[in-house]
Amino acid sequence: MAMLSFERKYRVRGGTLLGGDLFDFWVGPFYVGFFGVTTLFFSVLGTALIIYGAALGPTWNIWQINIAPPDLKYGLALAPLKEGGLWQIITFCAIGSFVSWALREVEICRKLGIGYHVPFAFSVAIFAYVSLVVIRPFLMGAWGHGFPYGILSHLDWVSNTGYQYLHFHYNPAHMLAVSFFFTTTFALSLHGALILSATNPGKGQVVKTPEHEDTFFRDTIGYSIGTLGIHRLGLFLALSAGFWSAVCIIISGPFWTRGWPEWWGWWLNLPVWR
Amino acid sequence: MKTFFTVLAGSIAFFLTIAMVGLTDWDRPPLAVQQSGFRGTAMDQIHTRAGAAETKAANVAPAPADPAEPGEELAGATYENVQVLKNVSVNEFNRLMVSMTEWVSPEQGCTYCHNTENMADDSLYQKKVARRMLQMTQHINESWKDNHVGGTGVTCFTCHRGQPVPAHVWFTDPGPNRPGGFIARNNGQNLAKASVGLASLPYDTLTEYLADKTIDNNAIRVNATTALPTTKGKPIQDAEKTYGLMIHMSEGLGVNCTFCHNTRAISNWSQSTPQRTTAWHGIRMVRDINGNYLEPLTSTFPTARLGMLGDVPKVNCTTCHNGQSKPLNGAQVIGPYPELAKSTETASAADPAPADPAPTPAPQ
Repeated sequence: MAMLSFERKYRVRGGTLLGGDLFDFWVGPFYVGFFGVTTLFFSVLGTALIIYGAALGPTWNIWQINIAPPDLKYGLALAPLKEGGLWQIITFCAIGSFVSWALREVEICRKLGIGYHVPFAFSVAIFAYVSLVVIRPFLMGAWGHGFPYGILSHLDWVSNTGYQYLHFHYNPAHMLAVSFFFTTTFALSLHGALILSATNPGKGQVVKTPEHEDTFFRDTIGYSIGTLGIHRLGLFLALSAGFWSAVCIIISGPFWTRGWPEWWGWWLNLPVWR
Repeated sequence: MKTFFTVLAGSIAFFLTIAMVGLTDWDRPPLAVQQSGFRGTAMDQIHTRAGAAETKAANVAPAPADPAEPGEELAGATYENVQVLKNVSVNEFNRLMVSMTEWVSPEQGCTYCHNTENMADDSLYQKKVARRMLQMTQHINESWKDNHVGGTGVTCFTCHRGQPVPAHVWFTDPGPNRPGGFIARNNGQNLAKASVGLASLPYDTLTEYLADKTIDNNAIRVNATTALPTTKGKPIQDAEKTYGLMIHMSEGLGVNCTFCHNTRAISNWSQSTPQRTTAWHGIRMVRDINGNYLEPLTSTFPTARLGMLGDVPKVNCTTCHNGQSKPLNGAQVIGPYPELAKSTETASAADPAPADPAPTPAPQ
């Protein structure tokens, strides 16, 4: 595959975490590495098991295929393959491939001598997933609390899990997570719009510099966060959204079993006006 | 100045965070969870193990009194002014009177209802209310056996729990009296009332949905029955009222929405659990009790027993259930008290105006 002329100089040896030189090579544009191999192994196995699970199920309708976790009665033990065991192995494969991918990103960062911001960001997404299928089920005492793998079935799970706490919008961490998701898209759209407007000046004019961008925001809201700062802000907003999502589901069940509206009793009980 | 406000805002946020985390009565594992749906549907009842044990201990049914000696004499023939239990044997009658005292007025004793100079005297309002409550208990155990109370049945204790006035009765909530100002009208909502689990939902939904025996059977149903709108449908305010009622039912029974509903299609009967049918009849039963047994007692009660608007104390799901899906841990309380299981009056003194049990809900 095509490689840009300057790209070759970045193809450097070393920086691997595991496997030494053994997997330190590229296939086409892709770096392999030990974790590339494990990524491939877990993702192929996991996908094959999903297809096997679908074959066992009643439908090939892509929307309705459902690979459900075990019944709660199995607790934290292994379940029979066709009664949730498949879900357990697929979950293992999913985590294996996600973590392998993150570690492969780390190796690439080390080769290039750059920071670990990308694997760190991806780790927050992995953390959110692990919260749902490992941390919360573990705290609640059964793998069956994980969400089912299916396009519609996981949405049904979300709905019922929300209604387990009567009104999920009163979950304070859910409020934070939702606010961060909206703020992320808002910030991204502002940033995207600014970049496009600076690089698409009127006919016959030159492309504008960051000084123009800063001036735009200083004139409108009195402050510009700057070219590097906007990316720091974007990373913070996006990771906060994922982080608080994880928090909001971990506390629902293990640390709060009643309706979420009731949680706000602390406000009514403030010693100021109790 | 800038520093001052930054520090001020920072400390307010800091103390609120401390208060939020510190004042909250958090739960913690281990949990006691019951699965009610297919695996992976998240139709589960979530409680802490400690909380479940606590609820169980707080809802123990008292041991029934020793069985009465058999006897032929009827209470109606032996005592004066026996109206409801006249066809019950004297021994059974006296046994029930002792049990009722234990269930309802263990501290006040017989004198809570009776003038001990003349037990037949009706001068105390409590006695008149108790008589009506006996009729109500018999009516619940007889007419609502199939659809709601089952073989478990109810006795006075199911609601009273050793108190003359059950802990969970309710009155119409007129809301705050604001003569004017910025929020003169609150539309009956946004007050974080316990009746709706501190949500902002309308807090007085029970008056409309549980106190009105003539209400339209479909008043609570707000979901559309067609995929696309064919009529204007019900306003969102109605949906909020229904939501408020459902929160009351959940809290009263110590369950969450998934006890009855698969929330992917809340209104769909074929996807709901069997408990939803019991609950549907329960709503009708509560309306029957409030409309036919409690409302008519309005003039019997002294003013001090009435609500802010002069309305009678009424029952809701919590009155019997007290935080459990099966009251008193599901104990079969009616077995030892057959005289409460059905009407013991003669045909001529028939129970006035018992409502017919509601029909089974039509499948959708």
